[in-house]
Amino acid sequence: MVVVLVFLPLLVELLGVLLPAILGVGISLSRWNGLGSPEFVGFANYALMVEDPVFSVALGNTAIWLLLFGTFSYVLGLAVALLLQADRRGVGVYRTIIFLPVVFSSVVTALIWTSFFQPDGLVNWLLEALGLGEYARAWLGDPDTVLYAVVVAALWRQVGYVMVLFLAGLKSIDPHLIEAARVDGANAWQRLRFVVLPQLRNVNMVVISVIIIDALRSFDIVWGMTRGGPFNSSELLSTYMFVAAFGQRALGYGSAIGVVILVLALGFIITYLSRALREEKES
Amino acid sequence: MTGTLLTARAKVESKNEDAGLMRRRRGVSKKLKTAAFHTAASSLALLWAVPVAVVLMTAFRSVDELAQNGLASVPESFTLESFAEAWEKGGLLQGLLNSFAVTIPTVAISMALASLAAFGLSRYRIKYWKLILLVMLAGNLMPVQLTLVPVSRIMQTLGLYDQLAALVVVQVAFGIGFYTFVLYGFMRSIPFEIQDAAAIDGASPLRLFWQIILPLSRPSIAALSALSFTWVFNDLLWSLSLLISRSNLPITASILTLRGEFFTSWSVISAATVIAAIPCVVVFFIFQKSFIGGLTMGAVK
Repeated sequence: MVVVLVFLPLLVELLGVLLPAILGVGISLSRWNGLGSPEFVGFANYALMVEDPVFSVALGNTAIWLLLFGTFSYVLGLAVALLLQADRRGVGVYRTIIFLPVVFSSVVTALIWTSFFQPDGLVNWLLEALGLGEYARAWLGDPDTVLYAVVVAALWRQVGYVMVLFLAGLKSIDPHLIEAARVDGANAWQRLRFVVLPQLRNVNMVVISVIIIDALRSFDIVWGMTRGGPFNSSELLSTYMFVAAFGQRALGYGSAIGVVILVLALGFIITYLSRALREEKES
Repeated sequence: MTGTLLTARAKVESKNEDAGLMRRRRGVSKKLKTAAFHTAASSLALLWAVPVAVVLMTAFRSVDELAQNGLASVPESFTLESFAEAWEKGGLLQGLLNSFAVTIPTVAISMALASLAAFGLSRYRIKYWKLILLVMLAGNLMPVQLTLVPVSRIMQTLGLYDQLAALVVVQVAFGIGFYTFVLYGFMRSIPFEIQDAAAIDGASPLRLFWQIILPLSRPSIAALSALSFTWVFNDLLWSLSLLISRSNLPITASILTLRGEFFTSWSVISAATVIAAIPCVVVFFIFQKSFIGGLTMGAVK
């Protein structure tokens, strides 16, 4: 009886997620336009990636995306959490304001920032006002800047999320530890470096895993701002997968890109899972 | 040896004196610190709030005034006409209704299934419970891209393609692992004595669940529901992959379509953006406390 309660949801998960994932790996070994039946081609789709210039661009952009989006959301999220951790008057308001964009959809975020990055938009106006008018440009139309513009928008939405994770981590640190370090004469920087950050180590691994897994999956924000354009210059693996599978009807090739995304995320997925389960053992 | 010890002690003592001095100075420095904190925090908050304020301002401008003065100009008009335009021509009502039609059943079904699974896993000895939790959580972390093609294919076979029900099925399947994991963590913390007492009285597992465990878990279920609402409501990728008809698109996809049609009418696009953001903002402010709690329940304990 109780077993049924557990197995029904498990079944939904197995049929809805894991079975499709296995099928996806299978489809990645085939050539298929969705009309006839798939034709088995072995690893031909993966071989194709090596010669596909758009794939290289998407892969390179994904690396830049992981680096910039990952690093900045981590560093800014931690910094903001450290700034807003104390229970001071007004701190709740600050936290709420910075968290609010997390509640907006990526599409809403995308449209907000698309308007700012227009040639006559807020960003260029600000540059002119600061006497930096020479740097004004069509940020989303310029292949050199488009990816960075999208990263800025994505960060605006992500920092509040990372902040909240770190705030919870900071709250779980025993205040006596910090007080003891203070009594021993450790200054603010030393307390951060030798007490707070080491205590955050567990949280760190989770936050990093979550950021990377999310970053590799990010689709909505790029699609909402540029659809990977202009000329694939802001294409990520996630958007290129969609274009290949649903735009060009190359279902096998698209699924192969999906496999690449899974492979890139796998290490972090395992890190996250092993940590989650280690905690189960301890208790 | 003794010499080093003495200097060490001297150092400690001088440090203690410093500490005493610091304490006396703290009154002044505390005020300074508070001022510095508010300066830093409020400029940061301003930086985060400006985009929202600008979009709100743009949404209330008239199409003509905006066209005349440009996007980055001081507003000279205040009108609701852009909202009316977006509402009438953008199909936003249909979009919102579709989003609710997907989100509300998804949240309800997810919570029902996840709380039952968490109940079984946390209150009874189930074989392979750890493996089950692992598999469920792993499903939640799966890159969606790998499953897009098979899922859209399966939905075609089931006759669910281009139907809102397809989104419900997929979102339940993808979310349930995380919800189960979080609720499992919560339900495990409920004392077992309660359960034993009820079992002696002859209560069935279902009654135990319904009358004892579920009511006690209400706060975490509320938190997860609020979170889940925003996740499902805000999704774009699945609706692009599983829906074709414009009349079926949820609000996220509708406002993107509208953006394509009102190419440069930024007041109309901004108005649509504001409308699309409202439901989740409302949910957030109603459940604010538990919302943030829910977000960290799974990730950080």
